Order: sequence, then C-alpha cells, then structure tokens
Amino acid sequence: MRKVSAFNLVALAAGIVFLYLPIAVLVIYSFNASRLVGVWGGWSTRWYAALINDAALIDSALISIRLALVSASASTLLGTLAALALTRFGRFRGRLLFAGMIYAPLVMPEVITGLSLLLLFVAVAVDRGFWTVAVAHTTMAMCFVTVIVQSRLVDFDRSLEEAAMDLGASPLWTFLAVTLPLILPAIAAGWMLAFALSLDDLVIASFTTGPGATTLPIRIYSEVRLGVKPEMNAVCSIMIAVVGVAVIAASLLAKFSSGAGAAARANADH
Amino acid sequence: MKRQRGESFWGMLVVRIPYAWLLAFFLIPFLIVLKMSLSQTAIAQPPYTPVLDLAAGWHGIAAFFSALSFDNYVLLGSDPLYLLSYLKSVEIAAFSTLILLLIGYPIAYAIARTPRRWHAVLVVLTVLPFWTSLLIRIYAWMNILERDGPLNKVLVALGLVSKPPAWLATDTATYIGIIYSYLPFMVLPLYAILEKMDETLLEAAADLGCRRWRAFWRVTFPLSASGVLAGALLCFIPIVGEFVIPDLLGGSQSPMIGQTIWTEFFGNKDWPAASAVAVVLVCVLVTPILFYQHQAMRMARRD
Repeated sequence: MRKVSAFNLVALAAGIVFLYLPIAVLVIYSFNASRLVGVWGGWSTRWYAALINDAALIDSALISIRLALVSASASTLLGTLAALALTRFGRFRGRLLFAGMIYAPLVMPEVITGLSLLLLFVAVAVDRGFWTVAVAHTTMAMCFVTVIVQSRLVDFDRSLEEAAMDLGASPLWTFLAVTLPLILPAIAAGWMLAFALSLDDLVIASFTTGPGATTLPIRIYSEVRLGVKPEMNAVCSIMIAVVGVAVIAASLLAKFSSGAGAAARANADH
Repeated sequence: MKRQRGESFWGMLVVRIPYAWLLAFFLIPFLIVLKMSLSQTAIAQPPYTPVLDLAAGWHGIAAFFSALSFDNYVLLGSDPLYLLSYLKSVEIAAFSTLILLLIGYPIAYAIARTPRRWHAVLVVLTVLPFWTSLLIRIYAWMNILERDGPLNKVLVALGLVSKPPAWLATDTATYIGIIYSYLPFMVLPLYAILEKMDETLLEAAADLGCRRWRAFWRVTFPLSASGVLAGALLCFIPIVGEFVIPDLLGGSQSPMIGQTIWTEFFGNKDWPAASAVAVVLVCVLVTPILFYQHQAMRMARRD
C-alpha cells in the first residue's frame, strides 16, 4: 500500500475545505434568524417557513423540475444515438462535422448558445416558453450525454457484440440484448448530468424563455442580483440537500452495480 | 459487420436523427447569428431589418442581401468599450486558468497518489459541488464576501486588516468565483492522466539518481501534458464568455464580454450589435475550440 505524503495530504485537505466551506456557510446562514448577513440572530427556520407561502417561487421550482425531466430524457435519447453513431458506424459521410458539433457545445459560452437559439426561434416565429427552453436544454445537454456514453462504448469488449451477431442476432436485437445492458450505467449517469445541467442553467433559459415559463434559476437570479436575501439562502440550501442526496445515492448505486458512474463522470470531462 | 449495420436505412437513422437535430439547433442558429450581425436594429417586431421576404421572390432576396451591412463591426472597432471588454475577458480567463492549474495540479496529483480504494470517493468529493447549481455556488460567495460577512469577520479577528475591505464588485471577487467554480474541470482531466501514469518510470528515475522534484519536472509533468492542455482549454474557453460570475461578484465598470452581449441584448435591445459581439467572440475562441475538439477526439479514440 502506498503511503500518502504530508504534502499530498495538505493539498487534499485544503482542496476539500475550499470546495465545501462556502456551501457550509450558505447552509448555516439559511438558519440565521437575522435578516442581515453581519448579525447572527440565533438559529431559526423562519426563512424555510416563509418559502411555503411563496407561490411564485414554488411555481418556478415545478416548471424547472418538469423542464429538467423532459430535456434530460430527450437529450439522453439523442445523446445515446449520437454516441452509437460515433463509435459503431465507422466513417460515415460528414462524420467530422458531426463530431465537431458534438464537442463544440461542451465549451461554447452559454451566452452564444442562448442568443443563437433565440434568434432561431424568432426566425421561425414560434411562441417562446416551456418548449423552446426544453429544446435549448436538450441541445446543450445531449453533447454531455454523448461523451459519457461514448466513453463507455469505447471501453467495453466488442467481441460480445460480434459473438451475438455471429450467433444470428440482428443488429437491433444485439443492441437490445448485449449493448444496452452494458452501457446502461453510463446512460443513467448521462441522464442525471443532463437533469442537473437543465436545473442549473440560467443563461440559456433567460434567452429562450417566454411568458409563463420563469424557471427557478431565473427567479433566484432576479432576487439575488441586487444582494443577499435570507429566503434565497433557504431555497439554495434545499436544492443543495436534494442534489447532494441524489448524487450520493447514485454513486453508491453505481459502486454496487459496476463502479462505472465515477469513471464515466471523470471521462465526461475531457 | 460494421458495414452491414451501416448500410440499412433504419440503421442510418441512428446517425441521421442526432445529426439533423444538431444541424437544426446548433449549426443553423449560428448562421442566423452571423446574418443578424449584418442587420440593423429597428423599432419593430422583430426588432431588426432586413427581414427576408420570400413571398417577394428574387426581388425580395436581392433587396435582403443589399440591405446587409458591416456597420455593427465598424461600431465594434470604433468604440473602445468593446475592445476593452474582449481584452479583459481574455486576461481574466488566462490568469484564472493559470491559477486553476497551480491549485488543481497538486490536488489531482494527491488524489492519484492515494491508495486506490480512496480514488472513487475523492473523485466524487471533487465533483459533488459541481452538481449543485453554479448560481447557488456563486450566491454562497456573495454571502461570504459581504462587507460585514464571515470573511471580513475572520480577517479582522485575526488582525490581518484593520478596516474590512469591500470584496464584492471587484475583479478579485470574480477571480475567486471563477476559480471556485471551475476547479473540478481542471482537476478531473489532470487526475485521469496522472492516475494512468506508470509509477515505475519514477522509480527508474530515482534509481538513476534523479531527485524527486527534478523527476517530477523531467518525467511526471511532461507525461501529463495532454491532461494539462485538456484542463486548461476546458476552463479557458467557457471562462472567456462567462456571464453569471462577473455579473454577481464583479464590478460593473468594466464588464466581461459575456456581460456585454447580455447588456446589448436585454438592456439595449440591440440584437444586431449583440450578434456582432458574439460573432467576434467565436472568432477569438475558434482556435482554442478547434484545438480542444482535436484533443477530445484523440482522447476518445485512445480510451
């Protein structure tokens, strides 16, 4: 077994403190009875109680969750197809452009993606609202799904697929019986990432939304851009708790099933 | 077998569906931005001219093209505000990428050097904050950086400052926010490459009398170059166009380019100018983006 050197231990500890301290501070302040950041008024859950009566906020949260469900599902479907196209279809015509369109959105500044999609929606004269944001989020998230699923498709043993086909399975049946079960953890990880990306997005949604489709990030942004608000501390703490529980549950699940989740996440980010 | 699958019409749908989607919602919107940048703003619905009128036949198309102009680009060149905004964005992105590398490398290195059974947990710990909303994480920093917030309380209590400084609405706050938000993007590619590294190479270097620090620079660092490059590009490119972080933490006197696009669009309602700023931004980023794509495709093949 390797020994962890003091330098490495310090680097790890400092890194983790840096990553988690701000989140811890936010959660602690959400229980501050005082309205002012500078004054500690004792522990209280009054800001959480205030949220229950904020109908607009709850409305936005429901819109955001619906949006995330729709766009995560659509982008997982499209992203998985794109990953299959890139790994199983050899050198089809226009492959370079296709690969370019997969990788470019991963790093494209969101203001540009948002602006360009809005101009498209205006050009074809559709009413902006829930569905235009859903299309925008699907487009952005599918590329992340592709990268995750692709890394899994590249990793696994192709001879399994070949064996199935040699034994007379059709390509479709081979996919359903052999390939799909093997890439399922990556597909699940992709879906979760797409869900989180949609729930998180402010910029693209701001450009592509319309009346009646104010997402939670847009609502939070309009509340906090002029300063800290204790109610928002409470909303953010709830979101952190939900995401934290979901991700920890999912990574435990992935660990028990195949350990692919963490690897897929790591691969997703090159 | 590959060919057999590729030939069937239904099989090719696997390629065609995502391809068509990306053409319609990534490439074509881009061309529309390009067209918009050559248009003029107007008080109308939609708020720009010319609008392509296909009903008018060739005449309409000719009128459309003759009405396009480079005025917006002339404006970008003549108003120093835009140039300063671009320069500032590139400067902030370059410095924060450098700082991210200096902070991220030791963390990635440390994860890769711990016993293997720790790896999964440490990677999840690094990535976990990234799963919560960027907006929330930046908002957390707004709390911390308030004038009478926790950071200044600690600094004053330690006697490091006599008068609590203003952190919010400064470039320092923007840097803190960017480094905090992008750290996982730097650590993960570095970890992925460092983790695969063959440690016997370092042992060989040590056997040949190479000191540890020297061995790091002569062996480890060069071998991790592709991870460094991937991490740097993954951070640099989106940071240049970052909006949320400078908007909530930074000052408003010298905006980054993402803020400029946002203001042109939402504040001034000048869609053509916003498009022109966006087109120039893409031109600035096209080299690093192509470089990144090349790198990403190479890594995907090698895996």
